[in-house]
Amino acid sequence: MGFFLEVLIGGLLAGMLYALVALGFVLIFKASGVLNFAQGAMVFFAALTFVGLTERLPAWLGLSPEWAGLFWIALLLTAVVMVLLAWLVERFMLRKLVNQPAITLFMATIGLSYLIEGVAQGMWGAVVRGLDLGIADEPVMGLLERYNLMISKFDLVAATVAGVLVAVLALFFQYTKVGRALRAVADDHQAALSIGIPLQRIWVIVWAVAGFVAIVAGLVWGSRNGVQFALTYTALKALPVLILGGLTSVPGAIVGGLIIGASEKLAEVYLGPFVGGGIDSWFPYVLALVFLLIRPEGLFGEKHIDRV
Amino acid sequence: MARVIGDVILDLQNISLSFGGVKALTNISFDVREGEIRAIIGPNGAGKSSMLNVINGVYHPQQGRIVFRGQERRRMNPHEAAAQGIARTFQNIALFKGMTVLDNIMTGRNLMMRRNFLWNALYWGPSRREEIAHRKRVEEIIDFLEIQNIRKTPVGRLPYGLQKRVELARALAAEPSLLLLDEPMAGMNVEEKQDMCRFILDVNEQLGTTIVLIEHDMGVVMDISDRVVVLDYGRKIGDGPPDEVRNDPVVIEAYLGAGH
Amino acid sequence: MIYREAGQFKASYEEDQQIFPIKQDRIVMAALVAAAFFVAPFVASEYWLQAVLTPVLVFALAALGLNILTGYAGQLSLGTGAFMAVGAYATYNFLLRLDGLPFLVGLVLGGLSAAAVGVVFGLPSLRIKGFYLAMATLAAQFFIVWALAKFPWFSNYSSSGIITAQRIEIFGFAFDTPARKYLLTLAIVSLLALVAKNLARTNTGRSWMAVRDMDVAAEVIGIPLMKTKLLAFAVSSFYCGIAGGLYAYTYLGTVEPDGFGLDLSFKILFMIIIGGMGSVLGAFLGAAFILLLPVGLNVLMHTSVGALVPATLASNLELIVFGVLIIFFLIVEPHGLTRLWQIGKEKLRLWPFPH
Ligand SMILES: Nc1ncnc2c1ncn2[C@@H]1O[C@H](COP(=O)(O)OP(=O)(O)OP(=O)(O)O)[C@@H](O)[C@H]1O
Ligand SMILES: [Mg+2]
Repeated sequence: MGFFLEVLIGGLLAGMLYALVALGFVLIFKASGVLNFAQGAMVFFAALTFVGLTERLPAWLGLSPEWAGLFWIALLLTAVVMVLLAWLVERFMLRKLVNQPAITLFMATIGLSYLIEGVAQGMWGAVVRGLDLGIADEPVMGLLERYNLMISKFDLVAATVAGVLVAVLALFFQYTKVGRALRAVADDHQAALSIGIPLQRIWVIVWAVAGFVAIVAGLVWGSRNGVQFALTYTALKALPVLILGGLTSVPGAIVGGLIIGASEKLAEVYLGPFVGGGIDSWFPYVLALVFLLIRPEGLFGEKHIDRV
Repeated sequence: MARVIGDVILDLQNISLSFGGVKALTNISFDVREGEIRAIIGPNGAGKSSMLNVINGVYHPQQGRIVFRGQERRRMNPHEAAAQGIARTFQNIALFKGMTVLDNIMTGRNLMMRRNFLWNALYWGPSRREEIAHRKRVEEIIDFLEIQNIRKTPVGRLPYGLQKRVELARALAAEPSLLLLDEPMAGMNVEEKQDMCRFILDVNEQLGTTIVLIEHDMGVVMDISDRVVVLDYGRKIGDGPPDEVRNDPVVIEAYLGAGH
Repeated sequence: MIYREAGQFKASYEEDQQIFPIKQDRIVMAALVAAAFFVAPFVASEYWLQAVLTPVLVFALAALGLNILTGYAGQLSLGTGAFMAVGAYATYNFLLRLDGLPFLVGLVLGGLSAAAVGVVFGLPSLRIKGFYLAMATLAAQFFIVWALAKFPWFSNYSSSGIITAQRIEIFGFAFDTPARKYLLTLAIVSLLALVAKNLARTNTGRSWMAVRDMDVAAEVIGIPLMKTKLLAFAVSSFYCGIAGGLYAYTYLGTVEPDGFGLDLSFKILFMIIIGGMGSVLGAFLGAAFILLLPVGLNVLMHTSVGALVPATLASNLELIVFGVLIIFFLIVEPHGLTRLWQIGKEKLRLWPFPH
């Protein structure tokens, strides 16, 4: 039982990060109707940019590589880069593709993911980098002693950060002017215009927010598994999360993330040994698919009848 | 040829339909006779399009019965409706945008095409003969609707009025016995409207096709329809010959009431 | 004044329904096919036959398969690579386990296996559309590649799922040189391209396009959605399966499951985006373009211009150029090279009097 709980909790903690990345998708989808396949590439790009900056900044600025402020400067610069990326994407891609079918936009983001991956590796090289955030990947002692549960401190911290960000985003969405505009855009472009924020600016904002989400995910996953190309695939697991939760639902993304995280871990532990392991590469997708067949509108989506 | 109005072929009984909380249709009954032109009118959002969608099975009513040619059912399904000879056009043109006019109209004949994909893969013998035979029929419809010079044009490039005409052609290609037209003249200029009216009357008179028609232009409705159903807020508030309906105080109220 | 439609009145609908209604087109096409069969095998070097022409044909076939599903029937698939893998591994196993099975029969059985798998993963298309369906095909992509690598039976217990193609022999004639393999590939691909064209111009193709453009309207005029979509999945996967078989047997000779990953699927998707959605010609143009582009880039990198590009960037240039091109085409010419080709022909038709 203790072991089951450990796996479950570990999965839920990992799921928090899926939820965060899925929220990045939901934001972009709600505001611009684009399912952003490049989200995975953005995670990779963010992590690589951060690591690349921490490697080179000391030499560029004449700082000591040990200095604690380095982390924050690199983080800030990475954030700036992500905003720049958002601006470029809006300026040179989204703006030119308005009124195109959604599937065209989706394919464009596949192209975008190639472009971003190419640029990331072109700038910083393709070698796998380690990334140390200084949080030990060891059991939380209190939990181990009191309940005999092995829960990683790293997972706990990462999930907390992700959870806080999820909460911040949800609140941002619900209560700020920009957030309200975003929701308006999702319903009706005309209505959004009347709020007085240009559509283009809204797009830049949501893509930038998705970029920040990518930084957090990139740092966490990168310090876990190394900063490498495979990060793009990890991030893509947020896609099944979306399907579970529905493309436009914020609570859906959160619950979906937790479900995917937990069931993926449980399946790997309890099902994996029978089929030779490695099932996490497909399990979330198949789970989401089976779910879709039972409930095509997702967990929180509404049943919709095409109007003719 | 003199028009003959025959027996009831379509009988709708106590139809109710809602979407979530919105009641689109409430307890509606009316019938359609063979060979007539039956109009449905009513203000915006009255439930007219929903009514057509119920008739050919795109929407499924929660309550009511539909009797079509003696067969009774709770709901139609679109494929079956097509197989039984019901064809239609849509309020917001629903043509196949990526295909040419000719191909669009050819799709209207798909139910009559018997060769399966293996024959088509070879495009040989029966498959080729079948294609050519149907092409001939489609060319007759193209001539009838006077759209010869655009047959190879992708429909997306056509002006609105012509698209409406192509949509009618596609429906006619199925050689329907019951034709449902959802605002066939909306957004047209006077000349285009006259043409469309003529086509509708020709179809009705020459082919004997029964027509159910939604139209906002009262002049047109009074001119060409045999009987009119009036809907308002999902309820039926009038039913009868055009003259009778026009002078019905309830109907007048529904049409003018909103403005007063 | 040579390329003219004028004066060629079509006497019958039969003539009007031809694949190439204009005579000059027919002549050019016939000349091209004749050259591919009778000239290329003799003048092209082994390298060209083996590393350029054969793969272009194989990929064109896969792109044709994807184009049937995505371009004609409008169902976006990201699992092309996996369906190719099914074709390759099924062909291998049929030939391995059924003694004396003729190669072509094995290949067709491989294609049919892929079709069956395609239908299974196409079933969700009856309830879901668009992105959701794309996700379903992504599930197929990851699951199939995983299964082929995980269960050693598929690869006859070789290490890490690698299979090596058996010798190809048809009626006692061995297809063992690059030229012969090329010819075999060419024959199969030409035949299937013709079949695709036939499907596209008859009721089958029209039904696919109708479902793609407006599914409610299609249903209302009596096109059965389920049958039409599943048929598209089956035919498309059959094409991809055959392409996978050829990929293993006439092109590479040795393949492993990871070679059929998501990247391969994307590559083929790029081919139809750049070549032209919903066009048979587009599959060929796109395949040639996507395969020759890296070769061209490589040549460019070895010139004096290329020397200016830093090494890390140069090795990622392919990704960048692909990405930019996809976005560019989607924005500027969503109908791809095929459309540019048609525009060129229009111009030629008017030339030299552009009025
Ligand atoms: N698919 C649907 N989903 C939800 N609500 C719907 C749907 N179709 C129709 N409705 C609602 O049902 C009611 C009737 O709509 P309907 O389209 O039938 O009206 P109409 O009489 O055709 O109006 P108009 O003259 O504007 O075409 C409206 O309130 C509409 O919003
Ligand atoms: Mg209406």
